[in-house]
Amino acid sequence: MKVLMFGWEFPPFNSGGLGTACYGITKALSEKGVEINFVLPRDYKIDEDFLNVISTRLPKIKIKEIDSLLVSYMTSENYRRRFLELTEGNIECNYCDNLIEEVHRYSKVAAEVAAEIDHDIIHVHDWMTFPAGIEAQKVSRKPFIAHVHSTEYDRSGGHGLNPYVYKIEKDGINYADNIIAVSNLTKNKITNGYDENGDKIEVVHNAINVSDFAGGKNHSHNFKNYKIVLFLGRLTLHKGPDYFLNAAKKVLEKNEEVLFIISGSGDMDYQIIEQAANLGISDKVLFTGFLRGKQLRQIYKMADLYVMPSVSEPFGITSLESLASGTPVIISKQSGASEILNHCLKVDFWDTDEMANKILAVVNHEELKTCLSDNGQNEVSNFKWSSVADKIIKIYNKLINRPLV
Amino acid sequence: MPSICFYFQVHQPYRIKRYSVFDIGNDHDYFKDENLNEKGNKAVMEKVSRKCYLPTNKILLDLIHKHPEFKISYSFSGTALEQMENFAPEVLESFQKLIKTGNVEVLSETYYHSLAFFYSDEEFIEQIKLHKKKIKELFDYEPKVFRNTELSYNNELATIIERLGYDGILAEGWEHYLGYRSPNFLYRPKGTQKIKLLLKNYKLSDDIAFRFSNKQWKEHPLYVPKFCNWLNSVNGNGNTVNLFMDYETFGEHQWEDSGIFDFLYSLPEEILKHPDNNFKTPSELISTYQTVGELDIHNTLTWADAERDLSAWTGNSMQKSSLRKIYEIEEDVINSADEKLKADWRKLQTSDHFYYMCTKWFSDGDVHKYFSPYESPYEAFISYMNILNDFRLRLKSS
Repeated sequence: MKVLMFGWEFPPFNSGGLGTACYGITKALSEKGVEINFVLPRDYKIDEDFLNVISTRLPKIKIKEIDSLLVSYMTSENYRRRFLELTEGNIECNYCDNLIEEVHRYSKVAAEVAAEIDHDIIHVHDWMTFPAGIEAQKVSRKPFIAHVHSTEYDRSGGHGLNPYVYKIEKDGINYADNIIAVSNLTKNKITNGYDENGDKIEVVHNAINVSDFAGGKNHSHNFKNYKIVLFLGRLTLHKGPDYFLNAAKKVLEKNEEVLFIISGSGDMDYQIIEQAANLGISDKVLFTGFLRGKQLRQIYKMADLYVMPSVSEPFGITSLESLASGTPVIISKQSGASEILNHCLKVDFWDTDEMANKILAVVNHEELKTCLSDNGQNEVSNFKWSSVADKIIKIYNKLINRPLV
Repeated sequence: MPSICFYFQVHQPYRIKRYSVFDIGNDHDYFKDENLNEKGNKAVMEKVSRKCYLPTNKILLDLIHKHPEFKISYSFSGTALEQMENFAPEVLESFQKLIKTGNVEVLSETYYHSLAFFYSDEEFIEQIKLHKKKIKELFDYEPKVFRNTELSYNNELATIIERLGYDGILAEGWEHYLGYRSPNFLYRPKGTQKIKLLLKNYKLSDDIAFRFSNKQWKEHPLYVPKFCNWLNSVNGNGNTVNLFMDYETFGEHQWEDSGIFDFLYSLPEEILKHPDNNFKTPSELISTYQTVGELDIHNTLTWADAERDLSAWTGNSMQKSSLRKIYEIEEDVINSADEKLKADWRKLQTSDHFYYMCTKWFSDGDVHKYFSPYESPYEAFISYMNILNDFRLRLKSS
C-alpha cells in the first residue's frame, strides 16, 4: 500500500502535538509495510539534513519537501511577519505575501508532486494541507482522507474564528472521502460546525511510545522543598494558561511550598507574565520558554504534577507523555484525552476552585500521587501507535476496496 | 435433607458529599450530600426502596403467610436503619412487620458496617453493642449469630465473637480453605469451644445474586425447577445450603424485568415439594446440626471478588492511608465528650468509603464503578481526606 501524506511538521522540528502524532502514525504504518511519501513545507532556515536521518530510521518513509514559508500553528499575523523579515532582506522568493495565498500556492505545487508519486491513498493532516490534498486528488483520483487534529474552533478558543482558515477547513472536510478525528470531541465539533452528519468520520485516538519517556523520576533539582506543578503548551487562549495561574494563586493561599512552571511560548507570553505579577505570585511562577527533546523529557520528570487546563483540546498528547514519564495529570474535561484516560484527575477548565482543590490534594497527599502515577503510567502503556496504525489501515482498505461510483 | 437458609444483607452507607479543600473549616455537614444528585443518600434510599426493599418485603411477607414453614434472616447495618427512619419510614415498618411474624432471624454486625475489627478491638466491640441496642429498639430482638462486614472472617474473629456470647458466625464457603470439605455442613472455628461456623454456598448463592440475568451464562434463563434440582442434589451429602446475598439482588442488581421477583415468589413452594427439604434460620441450623470438623482460617477471608480478600478495601496506598488516619485519632475522639463528633467519626468508618477508592478494576468500568457516587476512586479519596482534615480541626477545638 502506498500513501501520499501531507503534513505541517515532523520531529525534531515540531512545535506541537501534531508533529509528534504524525511521527507516531507514520512510523507505525511503515512498520506494518505501508509505504509513505510524506510531503511537508520546508523552512528555508533549516539546512540540516534531518530528513535523511528520518529516512534511515524509517526505511519505508520518504520525505518530500516543498519550498514554502508555512510552518505549523501559524497565524496570518506571524506569517506576515516572517514574510516581511524575508523580503526586507531583499531575498528573492516565490512566496505569497499572506498566509492564505501561500497555502493555495503550496497546494498547486502539491498537485505537481502528486502527479509524480505513485500512490493508492491521499492522507492529509490538518487544515493547511487540505487544499494540497484536494489538488492532489484532482490529479490522481485516489481516495482522500482528512485527518483532523484540531479545528479552527479549538485554535481560536471559540473567539475570533478566522473565516479564511475556516473556509479552507470546511472545504477539505466536506470534500474528503473519509475523516479521521482524534477524539469524539473533535468528531462532534466537525458534525456541529462543518455540516457533516458523521457517517464518514472515524474516531482514532492518539497514542504514545512510552519508551521515549522511560527512566526514573528526577528529584535532583534545586527546588527540594517545593512541589512542582507544570503547565506545558503553547501560551494561547485555547490552552488555558490564564486558568492555570488563577488556580495557582488559590493553591498558594493554602500551601506556599509549591512552584508553578510554565513551559511553552505563544501569543500570550506577556499577558501571562503580567498576570502572574498582578496576582502577586511571580516568585512562585517560573517560565522556561519552549522546550523540546531532552529538556522536555526532563521537565516532565522533574514535575510532581502536570496540569492541562485546556479550554478546548482535541486530544492533548502531552497528558500521555506526562503519564509515561511517571508524573500524574489533571486534565480538562474539555479534552479528547479525557475520553480514554481513567487514571487521572479531570476538571472543567473554568472551575479554578476545583483545579486548586485537586492540585492541593496531589501535592499534599503522597499516596494519591503514587496511585495516580503508577496506575496512569500503566494505563498509557496500552495506548500504542501500532493499534492506531491498524485502525488507519482498516480505513485505507475500506476506501480502496469501495465500489466505484 | 438439606435445610435451606437464606440470609440477606441490608446496608446503605452515609455517602460523603463532594468536599473541597476550600470547605475545610466552613462546612461540617459531610453527609448532606445533595451535590451527589441521584447518587446521594436520600436519592439512593428512595430508589432502592422503590425497586427492591418494598416489593421484596411484600413478596416475602406473602410467602410467609402462604408457607408458614418458610424462614429467612437479615443483617441490617445501623446506617441503613437510620436512613430508613429518616428517608423511608414505610420501609422500616415493612421490615418490622416481617420480623414480627417470628419466621425471620436478625443477625448481629457492626453498626457502621465497618472494618473496625481489623484496626481496633475496642471500637469493634463498641459498634456491635450500638448495633445490638438499635436492633432491640427497632425490632425488640436480640441477635445470637454474628456476621462481619463483607463476610470478612478469620480464626481470631471467631474467638472474639464466641467470647461475646454468640452461638454462631457466618463466612464464605471457599474451596481454597475447605479443600475436599463441603460448605453444606457446620464447622467449628479453630481455637473456639462451642461457636458454630455457617458457610455460604457461593456457587448456588451467586447463581441468583450475580448470574441470574446474565445472558452469556450457559444456564440462563434460570428457572425455579432447575435451581431446585441443584438444591436437591445436595441431599445425602450436606445438612444445609446457605444462600447468602445482598438484599439488593432483588430488583436492584437483578432488575425486575429479569424475572427475579417471579423466581423468588415460586421458589419456596418448589423447594417444599421435596419432602426432605425445609427452611431454617441460622440459629435453627445451629441448634439442629452438629459440627463435622474444625476449620482453620488464618488469613482474612471475605465474600468479595475472585480473590476473596479485603484488597478491594485496603489494596492501594490511598485506602491504607485513609484507614490508618481514621483509626489513629480514635483515642482523641473517644475522650471528647462530643457525641456528634463521635457519630461522624463512626460514619466515616463505613467500609464503602474505602471501596469507592478502589482502583483495581477502575479501567474496566464494571460493577465497582457503577455503584460509586464519585467520578473516580481519586475523587473519592480527595473528598474523604478533605473531610478528615476538617474533622481533625473540630477534634482539636473540642
